[in-house]
Amino acid sequence: MSGQFVTVDGNEAAAYVAHRLSEVCAIYPITPASPMGELADAWSQLGRPNVWGTVPEVIEMQSEGGAAGAVHGSVQAGALTSTFTASQGLLLMIPNMYKIAGELTPAVIHVAARTVATHALSIFGDHSDVMAARQTGWAMLASSSVQEAQDMAAIAHAATLRTRVPFVHFFDGFRTSHEAAKIARLGDDDLVAMIDADAVREHRRRSLHPNRPVLRGTAQNPDVFFQAREAATPFHEAVPGATQDAMDALAARTGRVYHLFDYEGAPDPDRVVVLMGSGFGAVREAVAARVAAGDKVGVVVVRLYRPFDTVAFAAALPPTVRTVAVLDRTKEPGAVGEPLYQDVLAALAEQGRGDVRVIGGRYGLSSKEFDPAMVMAVLDEARQPNPRRHFTVGIVDDVSGSSLAVDPDGWAEPDDVVRAVFYGLGADGTVGANKNSVKIIGEHTDLWAQGYFVYDSKKSGSWTVSHLRFGPRPIHSTYLVRQANFVGCHQFGFLFDRPLLDIAAPEATVLLNSPHGPDDVWGELPVEVQRQVVDKRLRLWVVDGDRVAREAGLGGRINTVLQTCFFALAGVLPRDEAIAAIKASIERTYGKRGPAVLERNFAAVDAALAALAPVTVPDAPSGELRVRPAVPAGAPDFVARVTARIAAGEGDLLPVSALPVDGTFPTGTARWEKRSIASEIPIWDPAICIDCARCALVCPHAAIRMKVFEPEALAGAPAGFPAKDWSDRHEPGRLMTIQVAPDDCTGCGVCVSICPAKSKEVAAHRAIDMLPKGDHLAAERERFEFFLDIPEADRAAVRADTVKGSQMLEPLFEFSGACAGCGETPYLKLLTQLFGDRIVVANATGCSSIYGGNLPTTPWATNRDGRGPAWSNSLFEDNAEFGLGMRLALDRQNAAARRLVAELRSDLGEPLTNGLLDAEQSDEAGLAAQRERVAELRDRLDGLDSPLAADLDALADTLVRTGVWIVGGDGWAYDIGFGGLDHVLASGRDVNVLVLDTEVYSNTGGQASKATPRAAVAKFAAAGKATGKKDLGMLAMAYGDVYVAQIAMGANMTQTVKAFTEAEAHPGPSLLIAYSPCIAHGMDMTDQMGHQKLAAETGYWPLYRYRPTAEEDGHPFHLDGRPPSKPFAALAGVESRFAMLARANPDRAAKLAAQAQADIDERWRLYSQMVDVERSAQVMDDAEATP
Amino acid sequence: MSFDMSTTYMGMRLANPIVPSASPLTGKLDTLRQLQDAGAAAVVLPSLFEEQVEHEAMAVHHSLEFGAEASAEASGGYFPEMDDYNTGPRRYLEHLEAAKAALDIPVVASLNGTSRGGWTLYARLCEEAGADAVELNVYLIAADPHVPGARIEQQYVDLVDAVRQSVRVPLAVKVGPYFSSMAHMAGRLAAAGADGLVLFNRFYQPDVDLETLDVRPDLELSSSTELRLPLRWIAMLSGRVGASLAATTGVHTHEDVVKLILAGADVAMMASALLLRGPAHLGKVLEQLRAWFVAREYSSVEQAKGSLSRRHAPDPAAYERANYMRTLVAYSSPR
Repeated sequence: MSGQFVTVDGNEAAAYVAHRLSEVCAIYPITPASPMGELADAWSQLGRPNVWGTVPEVIEMQSEGGAAGAVHGSVQAGALTSTFTASQGLLLMIPNMYKIAGELTPAVIHVAARTVATHALSIFGDHSDVMAARQTGWAMLASSSVQEAQDMAAIAHAATLRTRVPFVHFFDGFRTSHEAAKIARLGDDDLVAMIDADAVREHRRRSLHPNRPVLRGTAQNPDVFFQAREAATPFHEAVPGATQDAMDALAARTGRVYHLFDYEGAPDPDRVVVLMGSGFGAVREAVAARVAAGDKVGVVVVRLYRPFDTVAFAAALPPTVRTVAVLDRTKEPGAVGEPLYQDVLAALAEQGRGDVRVIGGRYGLSSKEFDPAMVMAVLDEARQPNPRRHFTVGIVDDVSGSSLAVDPDGWAEPDDVVRAVFYGLGADGTVGANKNSVKIIGEHTDLWAQGYFVYDSKKSGSWTVSHLRFGPRPIHSTYLVRQANFVGCHQFGFLFDRPLLDIAAPEATVLLNSPHGPDDVWGELPVEVQRQVVDKRLRLWVVDGDRVAREAGLGGRINTVLQTCFFALAGVLPRDEAIAAIKASIERTYGKRGPAVLERNFAAVDAALAALAPVTVPDAPSGELRVRPAVPAGAPDFVARVTARIAAGEGDLLPVSALPVDGTFPTGTARWEKRSIASEIPIWDPAICIDCARCALVCPHAAIRMKVFEPEALAGAPAGFPAKDWSDRHEPGRLMTIQVAPDDCTGCGVCVSICPAKSKEVAAHRAIDMLPKGDHLAAERERFEFFLDIPEADRAAVRADTVKGSQMLEPLFEFSGACAGCGETPYLKLLTQLFGDRIVVANATGCSSIYGGNLPTTPWATNRDGRGPAWSNSLFEDNAEFGLGMRLALDRQNAAARRLVAELRSDLGEPLTNGLLDAEQSDEAGLAAQRERVAELRDRLDGLDSPLAADLDALADTLVRTGVWIVGGDGWAYDIGFGGLDHVLASGRDVNVLVLDTEVYSNTGGQASKATPRAAVAKFAAAGKATGKKDLGMLAMAYGDVYVAQIAMGANMTQTVKAFTEAEAHPGPSLLIAYSPCIAHGMDMTDQMGHQKLAAETGYWPLYRYRPTAEEDGHPFHLDGRPPSKPFAALAGVESRFAMLARANPDRAAKLAAQAQADIDERWRLYSQMVDVERSAQVMDDAEATP
Repeated sequence: MSFDMSTTYMGMRLANPIVPSASPLTGKLDTLRQLQDAGAAAVVLPSLFEEQVEHEAMAVHHSLEFGAEASAEASGGYFPEMDDYNTGPRRYLEHLEAAKAALDIPVVASLNGTSRGGWTLYARLCEEAGADAVELNVYLIAADPHVPGARIEQQYVDLVDAVRQSVRVPLAVKVGPYFSSMAHMAGRLAAAGADGLVLFNRFYQPDVDLETLDVRPDLELSSSTELRLPLRWIAMLSGRVGASLAATTGVHTHEDVVKLILAGADVAMMASALLLRGPAHLGKVLEQLRAWFVAREYSSVEQAKGSLSRRHAPDPAAYERANYMRTLVAYSSPR
């Protein structure tokens, strides 16, 4: 049925059409397009058919390159095929896109347009990806809203079949892909009516089949290639007409009228903005306001970008126009102008409108805000007698001077639109509740509704900001709420972190989730907040949402409580109606999960209103409380000047000059971002500690540390600073301390769960206990400051290959924003303790690149000498090659340095020359000695005035042995990067690969990878993965010279430490496969080490080391664990990824579980036999590897 | 000589007095069939734990919500939405329906609740699913020092009363022995509507792990030595309370069953012995049971039932406190 209203986001709107009109979808997860593939997969899993009655086949591939290949094959074999992607994913599809277009094969790629990584990765939206594909021969259709994401999707599917030209349908990542909006849904009859059935049949008839064999994909020579390329021209020329036909067909059924280019504005404009994508929403609002004020302005929105129909464009542009301002959401360094600008310029010239002045601006890169105030600046610039030909808008460019000045007060949103902003924690359900609210209002009232959600880049304690609008007209405001008439602060502590109420409009309603009641809360507010409440005459309400949720049995999920209070206060719906709608929505959202979930949420709704209370606001602020600075005093200049502002949410205000020109940032910055997110922190009791160091080893955040020191180090210690005798008999008289970093701890409790030391009087009391932070913060802060100044261990004197020894070393990976209790980060921390001062890290895109390298700060840190891991991220798919390149570079520079040292022998003297060239650097003492020699070398070189000396000075660092660590997750190592990883392992070069195996694509939200085990539920494996986990270790062992270890810290800490040291010492390639529990396993991360132990005990994760040896009768394979002592069911029962299926589909779960147990049994049998295998290997040393 | 093995339990005529109680064996259709084939007179299905049903639902809820909306890249959470999570009692009810379809003998549903609403709801659902009777497995550890025993007892009575009003099928109540006046309590439960008393349930007993110094809840299989407690109370209550009596815990051999029948049990329930020896063990016990009675020329179970109860025993005091003293005397003084 046409015209049914639904509230969906852009991804769902497009995926809905794609699934209805496809037979095959080949997919691969990438933000922000992943939800399209997930939805398509989920619908097929549920057996939902397309409009022709067939359930589409949705298959996850190993990369976007693989997905494109599968799409190519599928269309060649005659299926209606689509895929979904973004950014780098689209770039990986380009080779196939040329082929698919060259062969005139209908297909559709739906793109949630996203920034292509340049100086930095960005998951956010702009047109750099689609612009990189504009030359492939695919038609390109742009949507500028959620409604259009659906409508243009249908037009793309219809037009590709009519024209045989494949279509890229794109819309802006996040701004459209993730905006929830009320739209009119296309019915199946609409979709069927738009599709030309004959064109479908023709597509079938052209397909490859042995009954009508053809040859397609030939190789051609200079004689005919060119002509053949031109032979397709008429098909491309037919695209605009066919696309308009499809638009007209849609208009005929729905009344929604679209053209290749649509003009909106004054009938006789002198200035017009041209752009495509979501920015149209902001522009049309600005234009409407200006036109209402008598200004002669307008906007042309580009829908069909390729082929660019110059006639249609010229026709859309009113003849009165004197100046066109083209806005491009991409940057093309070195070009005459950005792509759309160039197209417009050429089109006007070709159409005899060369008298129109064209200026071009860049806006909105990486989802940079683009609002009507900025459009006003563009319109004003276009009015200038000599406007800038090229400009930027939305930033302050104090380097090149490109930016237009924007008057932030140049725009006010209409009063009849309810604008609500909510600040919540990722974990508290705020976003989910707001999505529900948008749905409730969108689908139960005549109002139009919009929701847009902003997240910070942390995975623990992450902020969310929800921007909601409700109004009597369709909402085109494709920008954040600027002045809210409702502000919800769902975490009281936020009030001390940022100026939240800046966004509140005068007399706005403010709802605080507060542990303090209406009579007490005022005195608990920082003065800055009080002042805003008073000055803006804000209406303040409080509810103790945490208490209400807790009492209803919902733990920390305060969403239902706060949502109820919002409806009660906002008055969008009558209160009773709102309550009934909330309950109906709860039933819809949670109904499948069981009555208990419903009842508890209903109880929370009922209790919420009773707990809601207004606050009587005094006439003036009072009290001593203040908003906290983003970073503490004493931070380095860059951190104070730049990092602090980003952390405070003011990054938008930083000018161009504040940012590095090449994406290079200082490390060691996470320590300045005192997030203080834990409610409980571990407190040490030296009286019962047994010095095992496990707590420090397993801490995912390096927030609990151990130092061993001489008693004199305690001089000047704060009162009560705890220490105890160090129990090592070889080091009598020394002391040790375990210290928490109280503001950096996430409160995950992994340290406490692993602590084996229990009090003999009270067994519940361990050597570390989680205790309320408030009771200990001040003392622990002081102690931690002192602790940091206690001298670090002498690395040469520490037995680093032991658990205790490793934990005496300083971690150079600290305080990451990873999930509380992350299973990956303990390995990275250990890596830096062992070798952090001498490694470079190549990090695949994924969780580890996000918690490792997403601004504002990085956990990769430096020691007191300024040394530490040098880190970089290239891409998702190329990380092994990236790391190998580093190895090659280091080795070549080392060779060059050695050559120069030899050449300068007479200047440097024999002892230094020989020392440098013959240095034994296999241990810490050797490394320290070589560093001293290099320092001495530099001193000598200072006195030499020769080019050789200058060259050697630039290379001298490479004389110290430098390790290369290639780090990434299983999605990289098992899937998209496997080809490269395999090649690098085969290279024989001295690189170390650390695979943080969470058995799922963690960063993009839990999609199955080839590391996902049989029987586990994951996205793209909703019915439980039917195939077993790939044995990456065995594949690597096949080479013979690769050191391979499968480790699980929680199962065997000693083996883990040993494997790291052996891998580093191995002169060839090494592969460590590290079991990394993840929230995607559906488990309590506090006990992640216990789960690791269980994984080993069940044989699910066997521990082994494969140590290549040159000995003829060597036994390289060492099985480091006992035979399985527990069934797989013991693990499967305590992790939702397995247990969920046992409930949902017990028969299939039982079958898969039996197969999973058989996998385990068989693997153990194989590995048991491997122990006896004799095998020798030729491991190359550096000289052999680098001829 | 023919011997009539039949017995009446809560108004249900059963072919013999041996009923497998709730255990993993009654949780699967194939072992249920084996039990029937071995001669089981009825079966009690494993308990539907309200607490577990709620826990499962909340666990699924938690998994779906945890991490969702915390990150822009994983805003949809970490697990796929499924068509159905089957977290409610449906799976239990499906098992009950399947058991009813597969078996000819009566099928007793067992409930273990935490809230009165849960008890009555699930009892009604079990009845609708075809249960021949419902057994309430009341599993309440009265640990709060502020709650007097009378209030706990009233909770039991109120619960039985509420469930009685929501179902028509026979209603059994399985309780522990820890009442100040077990006999009085038995009477109150019967008066509140219990058709049968199942004596006694075994609480999960905590154990201490000496390695980890952790407390671990555990349930050991029973042995015949544990028969004494139900034996005493069956004998004490036989004929004195208006409800059928079922004995459970420690029933391993035919001799155990005989003792219970003589003490006055209408049925003897077995679990541990069947788990240890397999469903076929039930057949052997039945055979030996018949042989025992036949050898002693009994004509029916009903004839023997309660013949050695407190009312009918030659020395009723043996079931009471005097027993304790006599045992001491027997050990301490030469005969």
